[in-house]
Amino acid sequence: MTDDQPLLEVRDLRVSFRIDKKRTFEAVKGISFSLPKNATVALVGESGSGKSVSSLAVMGLLPVETTIMHAGSSIRFDGRELLGQSIEARRALCGKDIAMIFQEPMSSLNPVFTVGFQIGEVLRQHLGMDKRQARARTLELLEEVGIPDPANKIDAYPSQMSGGQQQRVMIAMAIACEPRLLIADEPTTALDVTIQKQIMELIARLQKKHQMSVLFITHDLGLVGEIADRVIVMRHGEVREEGSASQVLRAPADAYTRALLHCRPKLDERPVRLPVIDDYLSGRFTADAELPQRSRGYLPSDDNVLVVENLQKSFYLREGLFGKREFKAVKDVSFTLPRGKTLGVVGESGSGKTTVGLTLLRLHRATGGSALFEGRDLLAMSDREYQAYKRRIQIIFQNPYASLNPRFTVGQILLEPMRIHRIGLNDAERIEHAHYLLKRVGLPEQAFHRYPHEFSGGQRQRIAIARCLTMKPEILVCDESVSALDVSVQAQVLNLLQDLQDEYKMSYIFISHDLSVVKYISDRVMVMHHGSVVEMADSDELYRNPQHPYTRTLLAAIPSGA
Amino acid sequence: MNQMIENLSPGLWALAWRRLRADRVAMVSLAVVLLFLLSVLLSATGLVAADWEDEVAVNYAPPGFVGPDPALAALARPSLPAPPNAFDPLASDLSELKTELARHGKTTQAVKASTLPFGADKWGHDIVKKTIKGGQTSIVVGLVAALVAVALGTLFGAVSGFYGGKVDDLFNWFYSIFTSIPSILMILTVAAVLQTRGVLTIVLILGLTGWTGPYRLIRAEYIKHKAREYVMAADAIGASGWRRMFSHILPNVSHVALVQMSILVVGFIKAEVILSFLGFGVPVGVVSWGSMLNEAQNELILGKWWQLAAAASAMALLVTAFSLFADALRDALDPKLK
Repeated sequence: MTDDQPLLEVRDLRVSFRIDKKRTFEAVKGISFSLPKNATVALVGESGSGKSVSSLAVMGLLPVETTIMHAGSSIRFDGRELLGQSIEARRALCGKDIAMIFQEPMSSLNPVFTVGFQIGEVLRQHLGMDKRQARARTLELLEEVGIPDPANKIDAYPSQMSGGQQQRVMIAMAIACEPRLLIADEPTTALDVTIQKQIMELIARLQKKHQMSVLFITHDLGLVGEIADRVIVMRHGEVREEGSASQVLRAPADAYTRALLHCRPKLDERPVRLPVIDDYLSGRFTADAELPQRSRGYLPSDDNVLVVENLQKSFYLREGLFGKREFKAVKDVSFTLPRGKTLGVVGESGSGKTTVGLTLLRLHRATGGSALFEGRDLLAMSDREYQAYKRRIQIIFQNPYASLNPRFTVGQILLEPMRIHRIGLNDAERIEHAHYLLKRVGLPEQAFHRYPHEFSGGQRQRIAIARCLTMKPEILVCDESVSALDVSVQAQVLNLLQDLQDEYKMSYIFISHDLSVVKYISDRVMVMHHGSVVEMADSDELYRNPQHPYTRTLLAAIPSGA
Repeated sequence: MNQMIENLSPGLWALAWRRLRADRVAMVSLAVVLLFLLSVLLSATGLVAADWEDEVAVNYAPPGFVGPDPALAALARPSLPAPPNAFDPLASDLSELKTELARHGKTTQAVKASTLPFGADKWGHDIVKKTIKGGQTSIVVGLVAALVAVALGTLFGAVSGFYGGKVDDLFNWFYSIFTSIPSILMILTVAAVLQTRGVLTIVLILGLTGWTGPYRLIRAEYIKHKAREYVMAADAIGASGWRRMFSHILPNVSHVALVQMSILVVGFIKAEVILSFLGFGVPVGVVSWGSMLNEAQNELILGKWWQLAAAASAMALLVTAFSLFADALRDALDPKLK
């Protein structure tokens, strides 16, 4: 065994899943890659690319009943073939020599045990430590992953920690046995940008210190520049490109990689339309094509559709038998929204940005303040009066899987608002309009008779957009509407939203945690922190010249992409 | 999944029916349930088993496949001349009278069968007909009472879970009162208040006391679903509370109601037995599977098992078929399952 033998070598890995008795689905179509010792390799791809399946195959965590590993597939760890080994042998390896961290720290930790117990369990299981030794080592580990006050936090339950701290605990658990290979499956996707930056730095630091190899799985090409030595780009179960990080990011050889890099809105430019994957794959675009740019910003001549003043929203938490505690989710938020313009709202989780949107639509009841729409206060009218305004202010939610009723066909989903608001003379006219809108948002007409679950995430978001369009709203609140989508799909939906705004002169309130997306689509940006507005300025101005320290922190945390 | 196939997705019920047709278990169980319902219909209209009270066989006539009971068969021969009896001075006069009456065609004494396909009960009633007639009562009681209970439970649970706050408190208060009283006591109270005895009374008793289980589950589902984004989206487009409750949420929680329904049908058929036993069940003249099981208790000591077997197997068959069908229906109504 020489030293330059790779730690992990995957050769011609083919994985299929059984869908039912007859059909199978090939998720990974013969990929090969190797992971050298003491190095970080990033596996990048969109959903359905097979990146997670590949990593689970390395861990031996794929469901036994439905998985078919094709003959000829090989996964060698440190020269030993892993496929074909007994479950017991694999289990002994996992957690000790190979460890994994998952995307959702909240669901990866068991809520009924303290974090100290859960880390200690790994130590006792694999290293045979007794209770006292395990506790001492757990304290060291918590210290190492940067948990403040580890002596107290060791006895805390996962729910008593923030998302970032929970992910640190997961990392502590993963490195507890000094593994030689750490697999990180989208470890920062569920976290805020500032926390994401910290976790990335932590993983990079631990990798160097413990001389581990890291297999870093992500959908975000922008993220890998900071951590990876080599990058593998996957699509539809195949490897599209493999190379050193700097080569893949600066001079990508493959059209798909180029497309991925350019679909993401950038901070320093704002094309009229975002390029999408197909533009690159069909060769219509080259990497350095000059795109027509769009200028943005509020103008003094703008006519305001919505004027919000001192909006407040408090939630009351029950405390004890009779007491209750006030939690101010939104504190004195004021803004204006001109016709045909977009106000971006950014902030991290818990900043109150979503609450602002829901309160404006009266899905939450405001505790104070006013929202003037054509001179009438939306927040003060009775439910009966507001009913007429409902069609004029609409919302698109974050999760396209949850915001469409699974028991309704797309047709029913689109007809319902028209029936409620008596739009159109009769059902025949409504059906015709629904067909027109389906075409307008880029869906085939057959979609009318289908159920939401038959569509992909991007298509479902288009259905949600079409549902809003049935009412021709003047204001559209987009609550993280593109955050759950793949980069390429995100670009398509952003383009659609932009086209519709140009066509119908709608005003958008665009809520997102993703600063580059907000920069792209917004005329003015409002930065929220702990329920208050810390800064509001035209988007170019805000990004060029941030005034508030919190805005600067946010901007500094955006992955540089190279 | 995101592939567009050419043929169109049909409506929810058409789709459900198509799925059910493909499911062999579902179709067999549906056929069995329909068969039972048909027998209820036929016996209610008097086309079948109207003559179940005719004493067509000897007492406790065994099933045909067991063979006649020699001791009982002896009793079934009324035409035999009575043996001369030294202790009864009027015996010869009596037999003379009998033959005289028979000659004038006044006697209806038919020849009683010594065996029947499934045997006879204490009075010589045909068990098959009795089971069909009993099914009429039991199935109506079980199905209708379960329907009433699930409908009440769903309505209360929906309103309570959806609106929350004071409305929820009120229904929970009701629920607590209903569940704090032992159910048998509750049933007796309602029975005492309603006074009259009959099938309708039993349905009301069981329906009015049985809603608590479905209520609790449906309420929990509504609390979970009302905060879902699709319900918020419906609110945003202006759907009324009633519409959100019953047109949006209900189809998504209907599986809970269906499962509850199949559990309650079984429970209520059994509850009718207990009620009959306590004397709050069906009136004396009416037969039900419950009253049959009740009679069978005493017969078992004598080794007459067929009434028990008939009532129990009819009940088991119906209940199994009903549960299987409810299960298949639940799956068929979920458009996400293939």
